[in-house]
Amino acid sequence: GSQENQERCCQRRGRGIRFILIQNRAGKTRLAKWYMQFDDDEKQKLIEEVHAVVTVRDAKHTNFVEFRNFKIIYRRYAGLYFCICVDVNDNNLAYLEAIHNFVEVLNEYFHNVCELDLVFNFYKVYTVVDEMFLAGEIRETSQTKVLKQLLMLQSLE
Amino acid sequence: MPAVSKGDGMRGLAVFISDIRNCKSKEAEIKRINKELANIRSKFKGDKALDGYSKKKYVCKLLFIFLLGHDIDFGHMEAVNLLSSNRYTEKQIGYLFISVLVNSNSELIRLINNAIKNDLASRNPTFMGLALHCIANVGSREMAEAFAGEIPKILVAGDTMDSVKQSAALCLLRLYRTSPDLVPMGDWTSRVVHLLNDQHLGVVTAATSLITTLAQKNPEEFKTSVSLAVSRLSRIVTSASTDLQDYTYYFVPAPWLSVKLLRLLQCYPPPEDPAVRGRLTECLETILNKAQEPPKSKKVQHSNAKNAVLFEAISLIIHHDSEPNLLVRACNQLGQFLQHRETNLRYLALESMCTLASSEFSHEAVKTHIETVINALKTERDVSVRQRAVDLLYAMCDRSNAQQIVAEMLSYLETADYSIREEIVLKVAILAEKYAVDYTWYVDTILNLIRIAGDYVSEEVWYRVIQIVINRDDVQGYAAKTVFEALQAPACHENLVKVGGYILGEFGNLIAGDPRSSPLIQFDLLHSKFHLCSVPTRALLLSTYIKFVNLFPEVKTTIQDVLRSDSQLKNADVELQQRAVEYLRLSTVASTDILATVLEEMPPFPERESSILAKLKKKKGPSTVTDLEETKRERSVDVNGGPEPAPASTSAASTPSPSADLLGLGAVPPAPAAPPTPSSGGLLVDVFSDSASSVAPLAPGSEDNFARFVCKNNGVLFENQLLQIGLKSEFRQNLGRMFIFYGNKTSTQFLNFTPTLICADDLQANLNLQTKPVDPTVDGGAQVQQVVNIECVSDFTEAPVLNIQFRYGGTFQNVSVKLPITLNKFFQPTEMASQDFFQRWKQLSNPQQEVQNIFKAKHPMDTEITKAKIIGFGSALLEDVDPNPANFVGAGIIHTRTTQIGCLLRLEPNLQAQMYRLTLRTSKDTVSQRLCELLSEQF
Repeated sequence: GSQENQERCCQRRGRGIRFILIQNRAGKTRLAKWYMQFDDDEKQKLIEEVHAVVTVRDAKHTNFVEFRNFKIIYRRYAGLYFCICVDVNDNNLAYLEAIHNFVEVLNEYFHNVCELDLVFNFYKVYTVVDEMFLAGEIRETSQTKVLKQLLMLQSLE
Repeated sequence: MPAVSKGDGMRGLAVFISDIRNCKSKEAEIKRINKELANIRSKFKGDKALDGYSKKKYVCKLLFIFLLGHDIDFGHMEAVNLLSSNRYTEKQIGYLFISVLVNSNSELIRLINNAIKNDLASRNPTFMGLALHCIANVGSREMAEAFAGEIPKILVAGDTMDSVKQSAALCLLRLYRTSPDLVPMGDWTSRVVHLLNDQHLGVVTAATSLITTLAQKNPEEFKTSVSLAVSRLSRIVTSASTDLQDYTYYFVPAPWLSVKLLRLLQCYPPPEDPAVRGRLTECLETILNKAQEPPKSKKVQHSNAKNAVLFEAISLIIHHDSEPNLLVRACNQLGQFLQHRETNLRYLALESMCTLASSEFSHEAVKTHIETVINALKTERDVSVRQRAVDLLYAMCDRSNAQQIVAEMLSYLETADYSIREEIVLKVAILAEKYAVDYTWYVDTILNLIRIAGDYVSEEVWYRVIQIVINRDDVQGYAAKTVFEALQAPACHENLVKVGGYILGEFGNLIAGDPRSSPLIQFDLLHSKFHLCSVPTRALLLSTYIKFVNLFPEVKTTIQDVLRSDSQLKNADVELQQRAVEYLRLSTVASTDILATVLEEMPPFPERESSILAKLKKKKGPSTVTDLEETKRERSVDVNGGPEPAPASTSAASTPSPSADLLGLGAVPPAPAAPPTPSSGGLLVDVFSDSASSVAPLAPGSEDNFARFVCKNNGVLFENQLLQIGLKSEFRQNLGRMFIFYGNKTSTQFLNFTPTLICADDLQANLNLQTKPVDPTVDGGAQVQQVVNIECVSDFTEAPVLNIQFRYGGTFQNVSVKLPITLNKFFQPTEMASQDFFQRWKQLSNPQQEVQNIFKAKHPMDTEITKAKIIGFGSALLEDVDPNPANFVGAGIIHTRTTQIGCLLRLEPNLQAQMYRLTLRTSKDTVSQRLCELLSEQF
């Protein structure tokens, strides 16, 4: 009981990223990284809601959209939407650029990343995420450092 | 050794993924998956032991199938086996599977924890990293129990690799968020703070997040982080754009770290040390200056990164709210963004300015941008930007610009998106009321609201306009004339019929002299709408008609005819039928005098916080109130929302003797006036005093019992072998009623039973208690009841004493207990948003308005119990207001006859020290003092 309470309390008021989603325009999920406990049905609902919310927006709109008690910071790259869900008082632009920083790393790592790279190498994408974001916080922002670490790990295969 | 050892992973997996992608239908996909699952199952069950590569490949396929949305109910053990592999790729897939498909099987958890433990001890940074990431991703209680002690050691050990430190810091943060009780504070905390000085900016980045989270709950323990954060920030913002190499992003030095440091500083007030403070001010000035410099790159990444830091700096400036110069500069900067070509920046500037508007230093500067904001309302394409513009207009509104802002909001309402109409209606209604100098303007505004957006005008809004018209006789004639004119429109909103019906029923006489609005014309006009209206509105109109019978004798027969018609008397709706029957009867049998009394003009409503404001606050922010609070709020809405036309309440209509109920406000029967009781020296019920015997000293344990009643209203106050005293009480506004139950526990009569309420001299002036004497004989086993009517005249400190004297057998009994009538009983909870709370908090900053108490916890420090107590205390519990989620903040209004006192409270628990700090800020020092005393006793 008390653990649940604490968990709920943290979920409601804790800071940090609640989830990261990469979806294509058709709504297929290419990455879902959860930093908060949800059951599977809830995750599916969130995925669909996020898709519905971001895909109706165009280039004249902001890259931020209110979402339940949170907000989604998102950016579209070709056919992919990169979405980060954070608290309403979190720094919009910092997360918007965190998305871009992440995309640049993916681009470098996969040599011109495309949607298929994320499909076939889904287990590697998780590694990239964990290098850059951990426990819902930004862990490492230096592209050089992240790529160096990824290449080192790659060499262990 | 497997054949595939080099290069690009698992061919079988790639083939499988291709197969799935080539499936033409969902059925084909499921078929392919089932085939694969059967294959994997047979491999896992087969006699031949699988090599690591195969195991990895199959586990990875299972994971892929799971991520496609299919259930996976096997393979966990194979995944756990992979954890003990010495090959990175196998270990990685094992950990990934565990992290994504968290399993609660305790045997598995034991095995997983064992593998993690081995990897943490391996001194192999790659393996340590995998293990830490797994803990950070799963974050379960079991993992916290196993590793919360170990991770701080890894974090601060001198020989730990930088990348492992980064992971350890965030891993610890995760465990602290999920299981704070399992993360022991200790020597490591001071060493963690010094990570802010670390050479490796990645370590600083991770550590800053950890420190911020810990500091929110333990501000004292992490206080030293302030000066370290300031000097780190200072080094970053003054560095040349190439100094930080890897950490420079599009010519901006370490933008994310800067943002994190600025957020950490928002956990604290402005630094006390003048040197630190000066250095911070310099940093903030530098950041503001850089915003004015020409961009070093045209890329949006450059300006975004720069502005991320700028907005966070502005947040800190607003949080400190102490440097007028910085506040005004921030406002000017945001003003430039209001017209920027980037929608993102316009949006953020509007949002940020909203908080600036509440600072006294920058309110005027914000107001200068009114035209730009109004323009945004008209031209922005993104509804969320227009929404922010509405918010900002609302925040910058004051007496000087209210007319303009309300007019603009009304005109925007004509085309506003449905999703935000109701909120705009509420905002307009609040502003019109708050800043009305001329109440005719207020009436016009509300009627316009109904005309433009009638469907979005909630009950609270039209109730409120009626309350105000009834309370202000200077506007009644104008209101009657205006609603009469508005009702002439061929199609008017039903809400207008309600307001019109109510107002004409009360004040139609004020315009009846004009032949164009004679009583009959008024009646015909209203009645022409009758058949188009819903049942509740018709019920209201029937009440208007009976009021007309009193106001205008000349239309009495016309109205009686209407009431008598079959469509009324035989109406299928019971409520309408009953009203028609009763009103017809009333108009027939009652004399003019009685009619005049029964149907007299509504008495003024007590002034109190606007119920619309309460509604707006309720709309804002997550509703996370407990049931208890919900009940309280309903109660207060009920009291506030009073102007349900008096005769409209069902009970009133069906009461045979209607006079009292017809006039009543529906919810609060005023405390019935008790016959004046002889009162000497504070003894209100001393007529039956047996003798001049003195009052007994307070019964032992009485203080404890008294404290128990501070946050609740019912229970047993006193009990000994003979007598039990129970209480039930209710309070509304400044009035209350207490039922005292005296139970005779024996089988023998009590004689000369005399309870006496004693108020000390200074209490007597502030607290008015009235009661009647009880029967002096209480039979064995019987219970007698005494009602005390209570009025809080002014704030008070002492409590009344209840003295009971009686004869039992041959003995004289004399008992005194403190009666728990405390100042907080006259609380009315007030919901408010974070920025309002802090704005008011700052307004109450005179030293005598604040009272603080730091004390040791007397009870286990349980969050839910604490919340219940604060709600029971009577204030609203405000969620998501305090930046530190462990703290509790509350707000409410103490009602006394003479005045209302706004009260804010903040309770900061310190689990480590088992202490609390309680701070009360109210507009009156004695109130702050008393509330602080009362509440401190509760924890």
